[in-house]
Amino acid sequence: MNEHDNARAYWRATLRLVTGCLIVWFLVSYGLGILLVDELNRFSLGGYPLGFWFAQQGSIYVFVVLIFFYTHRMKKLDRKFDVHED
Amino acid sequence: MTYIVVGLSFALYIGIAVWSRASSTGEFYVAGAGVHPVANGMATAADWMSAASFISMAGLIAFLGYDASVYLMGWTGGYVLLALLLAPYLRKFGKFTVPEFIGDRFYSKGARLVAVICLIVASVTYVIGQMRGVGVAFGRFLEVPFEIGVYVGMGIVFIYAVLGGMKGITYTQIAQYCVLIFAYTVPAIFISLNLTGHFLPQVGLGSTMADGSGVALLEKLDQVVTDLGFAAFTAQKWPTINIFLLTLSLMIGTAGLPHVIIRFFTVPKVADARASAGWALVFIAVLYTTAPAVGAMARLNLMSTIQTGPVGEETANIEVAQVPRWMEHWRTTGLLDWKDKNGDGRIQYYDEGGMGGKADTFGWQGNEMTKVDRDIMVLANPEIAKLPNWVIALVAAGGLAAALSTAAGLLLAISSAISHDLIKGMIAPGISEKRELLASRISMAAAIILAGYLGLNPPGFAAQVVALAFGLAASSIFPALMMGIFNKRMNREGAIAGMLVGLFSTLIYIFWFKGWFFIPDTAMAKDSVDHWLMGISPEAFGAVGAGLNFTVAYIVSRATAPPPDEIQHLVEDIRIPRSAGSPERH
Repeated sequence: MNEHDNARAYWRATLRLVTGCLIVWFLVSYGLGILLVDELNRFSLGGYPLGFWFAQQGSIYVFVVLIFFYTHRMKKLDRKFDVHED
Repeated sequence: MTYIVVGLSFALYIGIAVWSRASSTGEFYVAGAGVHPVANGMATAADWMSAASFISMAGLIAFLGYDASVYLMGWTGGYVLLALLLAPYLRKFGKFTVPEFIGDRFYSKGARLVAVICLIVASVTYVIGQMRGVGVAFGRFLEVPFEIGVYVGMGIVFIYAVLGGMKGITYTQIAQYCVLIFAYTVPAIFISLNLTGHFLPQVGLGSTMADGSGVALLEKLDQVVTDLGFAAFTAQKWPTINIFLLTLSLMIGTAGLPHVIIRFFTVPKVADARASAGWALVFIAVLYTTAPAVGAMARLNLMSTIQTGPVGEETANIEVAQVPRWMEHWRTTGLLDWKDKNGDGRIQYYDEGGMGGKADTFGWQGNEMTKVDRDIMVLANPEIAKLPNWVIALVAAGGLAAALSTAAGLLLAISSAISHDLIKGMIAPGISEKRELLASRISMAAAIILAGYLGLNPPGFAAQVVALAFGLAASSIFPALMMGIFNKRMNREGAIAGMLVGLFSTLIYIFWFKGWFFIPDTAMAKDSVDHWLMGISPEAFGAVGAGLNFTVAYIVSRATAPPPDEIQHLVEDIRIPRSAGSPERH
């Protein structure tokens, strides 16, 4: 595989990862925290109505985990396609 | 006590400034690109969390309840976009400013100029609020006149921002983060312990009350406020489409704000830029997950201070003669006021619309808490919860740290746009590095004076401008950056057309409801939900503007010539991490 093809394959893999992460990002905040909030509020998490918890707590925790997951997977991709720094 | 704590924090900032002077433009603009990703994350968190996050957000949550989730999700979810879509690629590009990327990628000085204008408008409007925040914090806690407070704030920022540039600002922001997060969480922990017996406010908010009733705190709060005619805390009040689009606008606005983006130019590597966004969000999340607890608990404390027993019982409202000291104290600031309308010697606090005729049967003649400023929820929180004096002093130092750190970041974004994009990039390209460094220091000093002046003499529209800052960043800067990276075919014509359409559609929509250039009485329609287009508030329009930007840019770019080969190679190059060195020296 020449360098050009390798770069293209790396970019396709990156886009797949980013798309996957953004789907989770969207589902947890806009899906669970906004669109489905009333349905989820029928359940509760401790003293929190579940939808309210996602909107004011859960989505933020998921965002943090998501960025570190992305960082970790990108590091692997960088090595796999041999485009990593140093 | 307050003087000592605030004085110590200031001495720390100045000490750091002297230790971290900048000696090159690279150090001035991007701290020599040598900042550790965790340190940069912490500095970014302080940069991002402003006087509004520290002082106003919990107050917004206290009174808006669930609807305030838009701020919580909007101002954190933007970091996911930053980490995944912008930060690593802009770091690889390796230049000093955001307009510089737009100018190079779209091979156009015109595009760079549009970006500079958006950046300056967004940042200047934002910095006014920070300067006022400094004045307010001084005024409330140290009883110094507002003006003196602003001057002292200007002086402190001047010392470390002019001397140290990004390098000085970065290390000061790290110190400021520590001060502000300590100041925010300590009162929250005490209050959570008081009300629920739980140490962590995030857990306390979801627990049962410690009074032995076995009722969940949020359930109790809903009960207390609805009994008095207010909307339930956990219930949704705004239309769903508006909540959806406002959250989206705040997220892409966050990712497009230049003073946040430039922080990611300061780390050594592309991988560091990704990780750094994660660390920034960790440090931000500490405050943002605590804020809902602070808001809800402060609201509950406030309600039960005034309504001490069952609604309607004669002795269940606090007597005017017996209001706690903090109420008297905050009444003198004008943030809190009451009036015994029915002359029963007691105070009633309720929502007149929500209570309806029931209030008459109790002999109530109107809501008697005539003024309850939202900001009081954080400012007076330690006193409401009867915490010791040193905690109150800490809140003062924390509020100042939040305002100063954000002001410094914004001022750096403004001054580098002037000295690097306007002077070096357009007016005098042949300028030597030494002269450019001098120019950047002078523009920094000028920006501080302008910010101070506007803080002292705020234009009448100061309150509405935050919508403008986010709207501009969301509708013009974010789409241009994203297309520059992800769409190789995007060309000069498309990007400029897109930016202008996004910018003007958002500006017009905001001005339509808030008055042309915010001049009162020139609004074309009332700023209320019945008049908004499909229920979209002006604050939420940034997302629509961004959508228009993407669409127009795509169509125009397909109808015009593709970008030159070297630009297509540039795009291919920024997509690959390897060979990212320190920012290119000019």
